[in-house]
Amino acid sequence: MTEQTIDRAEAATTCTAGAPAPAAAGILSHPEASVPLAFTQAEIGWLPWLEPAEEATLTERQYEGLVDRGRAKSDYFRLLVRDPDILRARTLTDKDIFYNANDGLPRAERELAAAATSRFNGCIFCASVHARFATHHSKRHDDVQRLLDDGIDAVQDAAWRAIIDASVALAATPSRLETRHLDALRAAGFDEQAVSDVIHSAAFFNWANRLMLSIGQPDNPPGE
Amino acid sequence: MTDIIDRLAGVTPGGTVDALRRHRPATRDNAQASYHALFENIEAASATLAERAAVAQFVAILHDDEVAAAHYAALTRESGGEALERAVTELAEAGRTEGPYGEYPAEGPLVGESVAGLRFAVDDHAREILGERTAASLEHAHLLVFRPRESSVAALTALGAAGWSTDGIVTLSQLVSFLAFQLRVAAGLRLLDTEDAA
Repeated sequence: MTEQTIDRAEAATTCTAGAPAPAAAGILSHPEASVPLAFTQAEIGWLPWLEPAEEATLTERQYEGLVDRGRAKSDYFRLLVRDPDILRARTLTDKDIFYNANDGLPRAERELAAAATSRFNGCIFCASVHARFATHHSKRHDDVQRLLDDGIDAVQDAAWRAIIDASVALAATPSRLETRHLDALRAAGFDEQAVSDVIHSAAFFNWANRLMLSIGQPDNPPGE
Repeated sequence: MTDIIDRLAGVTPGGTVDALRRHRPATRDNAQASYHALFENIEAASATLAERAAVAQFVAILHDDEVAAAHYAALTRESGGEALERAVTELAEAGRTEGPYGEYPAEGPLVGESVAGLRFAVDDHAREILGERTAASLEHAHLLVFRPRESSVAALTALGAAGWSTDGIVTLSQLVSFLAFQLRVAAGLRLLDTEDAA
């Protein structure tokens, strides 16, 4: 088990009715956790640095924020549900960008854009999930693994090169996305809807990476 | 109702990009709902509108997005006043750089990919104008924009010490992270729409 310590910026955290000033944040740290040090397609965990909402006290508005009630079992989503409206909108944006795949960019390439963005930004947790999904949908484990092991410049075929280059250019701050990136996608056979889907898939992971990195840390499962 | 991404990207009504966006109505509507949740239908106890606007203006300038910077600067001026808007502009100009960069753990194989870069801090003069909470939020925003892989317990502890609650830190994290999405969608679609119009 992971040792969990709570360090409060202020001692007094009691909330009473009619006392509107919120208590300063209570920070959770995990000194015994095993931190993954390399990008991987293996399943890894995630530990919060702030206290998730208690499942027993979730309101109906918070359940609406979770979208799927099963997410109440996840520390990550019970932490985000402290601001339920933005969580709900974010989740519904996420689902449409990645799962509404009747046309436009295929699922595998959406996941590749997510994995490439995560690799570039340095989100080991996000990269693990979406590299695994990219492999699942493309059946191209070794190509995905090369992105993780050797990075964004590792050799790929023309279509994946175009996806990775566009995603990485858009992930730079300020953005370095140029017409030549969009032209490379078209030259690889992607239509305008697919090009728009690359932009959305890659852009979304700049949201996901920062959120996941900001409020917690990846964690190796026990025994690894 | 005006769609904020259409406005920031300058999407031509009836053009190709407009059609591409309307072909994905859930994405379009929920990007708009996200803006609404963060800037219009807000819980001011976790973060006031002026605090949110200051962070958004700061982040937009760091992304070198003049349209978005003007939009959020107007929101800062309306909700927090001209002195706040001016201070945020000056700080953002001083904080501009290129990312992502940052250190990977020294004991791991990624250490060879570590890249040094600016560690932004609000100076004492600006801190007096902004107050501790906003000063801390801008420092955190700079961390998340440029070196998200260096996020840490210490960074959250600093926010807590400046008066941010747990709920407030969740909102602040969503705010900066959402802007990283919104500004990129706008930048990408602006490029597509420019080609469409050309």
